[in-house]
Amino acid sequence: MSQNSIKTPLGSVRGLGSAKEGAGHFIKQRVTAIALIVLVPLALISLMGAVQGGYEGAVAYVSNPIFAVVLLLFTGTAFYHMRLGLQVVIEDYIAKHGTRAVLLMLNTFVSIALFATAAYCIVRVGLSN
Amino acid sequence: MVQLTLPQNSKVQTGKTWPKPEGATNVKKFKIYRYDPEAEGNPRWDTFFVDTDKCGPMVLDILIHIKNTIDPTLTFRRSCREGICGSCAMNIGGRNTIACTKGWDEIAGSTIAIAPLPHMPVVKDLVPDLTNFYAQHAYVQPFLKTDTPMPEKEWRQSPEDRDELDGLYECILCACCSTSCPSYWWNGDKYLGPAALLQAYRWLIDSRDESTGERLDSLEDPFKLYRCHTIMNCAQVCPKGLNPAKAIGEIKKMLVERVV
Repeated sequence: MSQNSIKTPLGSVRGLGSAKEGAGHFIKQRVTAIALIVLVPLALISLMGAVQGGYEGAVAYVSNPIFAVVLLLFTGTAFYHMRLGLQVVIEDYIAKHGTRAVLLMLNTFVSIALFATAAYCIVRVGLSN
Repeated sequence: MVQLTLPQNSKVQTGKTWPKPEGATNVKKFKIYRYDPEAEGNPRWDTFFVDTDKCGPMVLDILIHIKNTIDPTLTFRRSCREGICGSCAMNIGGRNTIACTKGWDEIAGSTIAIAPLPHMPVVKDLVPDLTNFYAQHAYVQPFLKTDTPMPEKEWRQSPEDRDELDGLYECILCACCSTSCPSYWWNGDKYLGPAALLQAYRWLIDSRDESTGERLDSLEDPFKLYRCHTIMNCAQVCPKGLNPAKAIGEIKKMLVERVV
């Protein structure tokens, strides 16, 4: 809308209308949070065990399919949860539409890249012996 | 980025210090935000000394006393002076409230600062421009919407269903809640704000209303509704003791209920 636009206040508030979206995000954020309540302690316990035996010990730990799956679930859920949370922060604080769109996209890319990297490491170490 | 500091021409400068009343024994100091759109320059803080023996107990009494006896140009809104019209909402001692029900002796500190509601365009002195706030109220269509033909008598409602509206219908639209909300400060053009959403919920749970689904449709939006992060400033400042944050939480629950 241009600076000189004479739009009624109600017209401005209605804007482009409701996105009819948001409940899904709200639910996903909470479901991932609940999953993390279980996954964070599990992952921490696994990692504390894994680091005790040096590199060999870590490889042995991650080779165990159960721990490998726990780590994959943990990293996947955590990065997805992070992406959802950061999205809210960006929407809150970045008012400019173009900048916001770019940052939201970057947020998705970086989160997926982080998960891909973590997953590759887990699989590589897990299958290394 | 959101605007975290005031724009250059809105920075508040030190203004006039008005003389102390002569022969007064109980004097209270007030720092009041002044802005005149017709005069040159930035807004300023004027300092007033008020003989508290000569005016009533509320902050509104102080403002009226200043206007009557010290500076007749001091501008503020007021009407009912008993907490039902919401006109005299302003920021008193750093907290949004209505001046007519706030006793000046309730506010700690030797100086009481009085400013217009935060983060709103200022019309003059303590009068904010609430055009957008009222439009947001209109957006939620705060009236009964039905398709069933009008009954011969009234729309009926059980006493239990009527009880559901307690804590919601009492809102006086003073705007204390919305203008105390950081989310509303940053995204007030798109986020409907606690006051409008409390009203939205008041109609969502009215047993007589037949537009619940459409109402939810119009609210389900990342900005219109989901900017609420339960900061709870709204519930803290509401001069009527209402809890808009809870009402917003209930709307979010209704939206989940539609899906799950």
